[in-house]
Amino acid sequence: MSAAGLPLSLQTTPRLDRWLRFNADGTVTAFSGKVELGQGIVTAIAQIAAEELGVEPAQLSIVAGDTSVSPDEWYTAGSQSVEVGGAAMRLVCAEVRELFLEAAARELEVSAAELRVRSGAFEVPGTDLRRTYWQLAAKVSLARDATGLAQPVPPARHSLVGTSAPRRDIPAKVCGAAYVHDMTLPGMLYARVVRPPRYGARLVALDEAALRAAPGVVAVVRSGSFLAVAAQREEQAVKALEIAQRAARWDAPPMPEQAETVPFLMGLPAQTSTVHAKGTPASGAARRFEAVYSKPYLAHASLGPSCALAAPEGGRLRIWSHTQGPHMLRGQIAKALGMPESEVDVIHRDGAGCYGHNGADDVAFDAALVARACGRPVMLQWTREDELAWSPFGSAMAMKIAAEVDAGGSIVGWKHELWSHTHIKRPGRGEGINLLAAWHMDPPLPVPPAKDMPLPAGGGDRNAVPIYDFPRQEVVYHFLPEMPLRVSALRTLGAYANVFAIESMMDEIAAALGIDPVAYRLRHLADERAKAVVRAAAQAAGWNPGARGDGASGRGIAFARYKNLSAYCAVVVEVELAEKVRVKRAVAAVDAGQIVNPDGLRNQIEGGIVQAASWTLKERVRWTRDGIASRTWEEYPILKLDEAPEIEVVLIDRPDEASLGTGECAAGPTAGAIANALHHGLGVRARHLPLTPERIAAAMD
Amino acid sequence: MPEVFKLRVNGSEREVRAEGDTPLLYILRNDLGLKGARFGCGAGQCGACTVLFDGNAVQSCDTPLWSAVGHEVTTIEGLGGAERPHPLQRAFIDEQAVQCGYCITGIIMSAAALLAKNADPAPADIAAALERNLCRCGTHVRVLRAIRRAAREMRR
Repeated sequence: MSAAGLPLSLQTTPRLDRWLRFNADGTVTAFSGKVELGQGIVTAIAQIAAEELGVEPAQLSIVAGDTSVSPDEWYTAGSQSVEVGGAAMRLVCAEVRELFLEAAARELEVSAAELRVRSGAFEVPGTDLRRTYWQLAAKVSLARDATGLAQPVPPARHSLVGTSAPRRDIPAKVCGAAYVHDMTLPGMLYARVVRPPRYGARLVALDEAALRAAPGVVAVVRSGSFLAVAAQREEQAVKALEIAQRAARWDAPPMPEQAETVPFLMGLPAQTSTVHAKGTPASGAARRFEAVYSKPYLAHASLGPSCALAAPEGGRLRIWSHTQGPHMLRGQIAKALGMPESEVDVIHRDGAGCYGHNGADDVAFDAALVARACGRPVMLQWTREDELAWSPFGSAMAMKIAAEVDAGGSIVGWKHELWSHTHIKRPGRGEGINLLAAWHMDPPLPVPPAKDMPLPAGGGDRNAVPIYDFPRQEVVYHFLPEMPLRVSALRTLGAYANVFAIESMMDEIAAALGIDPVAYRLRHLADERAKAVVRAAAQAAGWNPGARGDGASGRGIAFARYKNLSAYCAVVVEVELAEKVRVKRAVAAVDAGQIVNPDGLRNQIEGGIVQAASWTLKERVRWTRDGIASRTWEEYPILKLDEAPEIEVVLIDRPDEASLGTGECAAGPTAGAIANALHHGLGVRARHLPLTPERIAAAMD
Repeated sequence: MPEVFKLRVNGSEREVRAEGDTPLLYILRNDLGLKGARFGCGAGQCGACTVLFDGNAVQSCDTPLWSAVGHEVTTIEGLGGAERPHPLQRAFIDEQAVQCGYCITGIIMSAAALLAKNADPAPADIAAALERNLCRCGTHVRVLRAIRRAAREMRR
């Protein structure tokens, strides 16, 4: 295999000793750039590494996302951690096993074929000939580049991959301290940032002396319009924040009035391009369908506000953060502070749920600024209001779909137009700085220009290309560079909204033609794996093609292959319709190729369904001219613990196929299935999210 | 002005010096090192900070320090630890009823208050006990399953 054929992570960090280290105490440490976000990735990577090395899981530990030792694997995002990070770890460990196998064979004067590896030891079965990794470690140099030529363990012989190994991080998380929020350092101060009322605000007046006189306040850190307070005790920092919020005077342009999503987005200047086209204009279309759908701005709304610990050490800076991209964050912080990257370390520590680019990176830079100004370690946590109002949002989107159907009822032409801001404004390696405080400090650093991720993975247009086999297809992206609200990556990027729209339209057409929606999807699918997933979901749900909705309940199906590249997922939901929509039952079928950890996969699918149900039924960022208005859980409600459906997940394991990312595959199908079930039950087609009672009533008119 | 307060936490007498209106959450976390109660909202809306007062679930983020005097305060660390987990902690591990886990200690405390009074709760009882707890990752189904499992184990 050429270097170019290696997984990206290995092309960037080819040296084997950057991935694995055999320790004197009989353990092995694997270094990963993919970090724990509550999705269980550290456990899955450990399963892959232990499987390939032939060590016991207990002999292996993972160090993830420490810039001083871990490989740079960019972000833990995009459902790429098993696909890319896992693939790299598998090749590294297979190659290291082979190197040690050869060394063992030489020492024991046997052929490699006679040896087997078990619990970290190479043995000739039936003899006492045995060498462990640790006995051989001094003789095998890992200071060499991976070739990617070693043969991984064949799936049929897997004993760890494919099992539901319990997550390594859970015992600590149900017992006490487990997060960056829970760390302490000697001499540590507690800090809070004093946020302006809205975007673009300038701090024009502040009685700093009064603030400094507040009990326990050690420092008032001000740079331009960045303002923070640091105190001996946490409650003192909170009180100082309240004083500062009353004392600070800001000058800020008003926000635009909130309007309905479709006119709001369509009224913004757009850069229009055709991002996908195939086939020629259809002839003989018998019927034409057209509809517009929309999704509002959504908040990450992590349960724990973002937090970081920063400690100046001599001229260096160490930052503990729940970032998705420790190396990227290090680069941006170093650049923003004018420090060499080599003098900044970012060390990942677990945080509250991460569904994309939330406040994690911003708060790390906030903490770094305050710690540098104080010369002491600083723990800085955002407030609930900071988290809901200042984290980047998932962009609102509008989708207009026009479909042409021939006399036989088949779709022959499909045009999908979408209006969206970017879905990717992370701290990265391009120009400018994507950190909130960098835009507020003096001098402010430039905001990078808005660009979106191109297809095939796509950003706003992720999953806008239909997976169905329509002869003529066109996707037009009206990209909106102006961002009245701060936006960036939220779980699935544009896929949630695009799949909602496509799957709603599929259902609309099937209903108008009087064709069963399962059969109608199967008719337009060519990919056998896609068909198998749709059939499996329908079968597990007990799908009855002739069932009629009765005004009180309904059922719907939707399907997508995430990014058209990753996991296949079909979801059937049953809804109860009283004063509001209640999702009673959800059945998902998933094909993720080779499954590393079935229970971990189920957990991701269940969580994806519940979170998407919450987005679909309840969520919408609200604002006024004065700023973001949805700043508390009362103003930004999410699905409560007793409001979730019963969930059944059918896994289609394909051990000989590559693993496909699954963390995001359920969201779009869940939204589509809920809207379709609503239509099945009530005969109402609600096209604008969220599907609140008011919007459903509006759709009835 | 800061004052000295005598508290009873997880069965031990503890003395802390702070302002009386300090949210109990910061005392538990920063003075007593009990990090299992977590800050989520500061307004008693999400339940990540839930602890027990004489067996009743309270949100420690908006409970002032002074009001804890004279009560038996129990945190997740007082229920059990990795070596000797409480049946609820055991059930959450067995059901893998965690995604990010930030909400889970608070949920376990609410469930502990429930199960101490009602060994065989109906779904509506569990829903009522979790009225003030939120989960964002969508661990809902597993959380309910883990609580039912713990209830079964505790009835044995």
